Amino acid sequence: MEIKAIFYLLPALVMFCAGVYGFITRRNMIAMLISLELMLNAVDINFAVFNRFLFPGALEGMFFTLFAIAIAAAETALAIAILINIFRSVKNIDVRDLNEMKF
Amino acid sequence: MESVGSIIMYVIIALSMIVFSVLAVTSRKILRAATYLLFTLFAAAGLYFMLDYEFLGAVQIAVYAGGIVVLFVFAILLTTAPGHNSEKLTSKSTIIGFIAAAAMLAVCAWALLTRCELFATQPDMPALTMNRLGEVLMGTDKGQYLLPFEAISVLLLACIIGGVAIARKR
Repeated sequence: MEIKAIFYLLPALVMFCAGVYGFITRRNMIAMLISLELMLNAVDINFAVFNRFLFPGALEGMFFTLFAIAIAAAETALAIAILINIFRSVKNIDVRDLNEMKF
Repeated sequence: MESVGSIIMYVIIALSMIVFSVLAVTSRKILRAATYLLFTLFAAAGLYFMLDYEFLGAVQIAVYAGGIVVLFVFAILLTTAPGHNSEKLTSKSTIIGFIAAAAMLAVCAWALLTRCELFATQPDMPALTMNRLGEVLMGTDKGQYLLPFEAISVLLLACIIGGVAIARKR
C-alpha cells in the first residue's frame, strides 16, 4: 500500500468541513475564530500536497503556505485585540449581543 | 512501496486530525476547543513532515502551536470567568450548519474521488536543503520570494502597531 495524494486531501477536507460547521453554529466569537483557523489550515495542507505531488521540482505551493501561515498569525492577533476591546465595552463576546456598531 | 512505519504514522496523524478537528468545533468548553485545535495543528505539522517539507512543519509548530494557540488561551482566560461552563457556546442553527458542512463534504469528496490523477504515487523530490530554501526565499529572480518576504515583515509591523492601538486602554 502506498500513500497517495487523496489520502492527504481527505483529512484536510474533513477539517475544512468541521471549520464550516463550527463557524455557522458557534456563538462565542473566539470559538468562531478557532473554526476559522481550522479552515485556513486545511487550505494550507492542500497547497503543500498539490505542490509535492504534481510539481515536486518547484516550491511555489510550499512558499504560499509559508506566507499564508504568517498572514494567519497577523490576522489572529488583530482579531483577538478587537475581541478584547469588544469585551471591554459590552462585557460579552456573544455574537448575538453585538448588533450595534456604536456602543 | 512505503514502509510499514510510515503507514502507521500516516494513520495516526490522519485519524487524530479528523477526530480532533471535529471535537474542536463540537466541544462545549471553549478552553478544551482550543486544546483540540492545538492537537489538530500538530497533526497538520505531522502531515508536512510526511510530505518531506520539514521547514514548513517546523514553521507550523513554531507559529501556530507556539504562538497562535497561546494567544487563544490568553484571550479565552481574559474573556471568560473561570469555571464558566459556556453552555451557550453553540446556537440553535446546528441543523443548518450540519447540512451545510455535510453537503460540502459530500460534493468535495465526490469531486476528489472521481479524479484518478489524485491516486498517483508520491514522486521523488530533489532534496530540500536549507541552502536551496534560503536561495529561494532571498532571491529576486523568477520563482524567488524576496519581495513577499519584505511585504510580510511590513505587515507584521503594522499588525503589532494595530494590536497595541486597538487593545490599549483609553
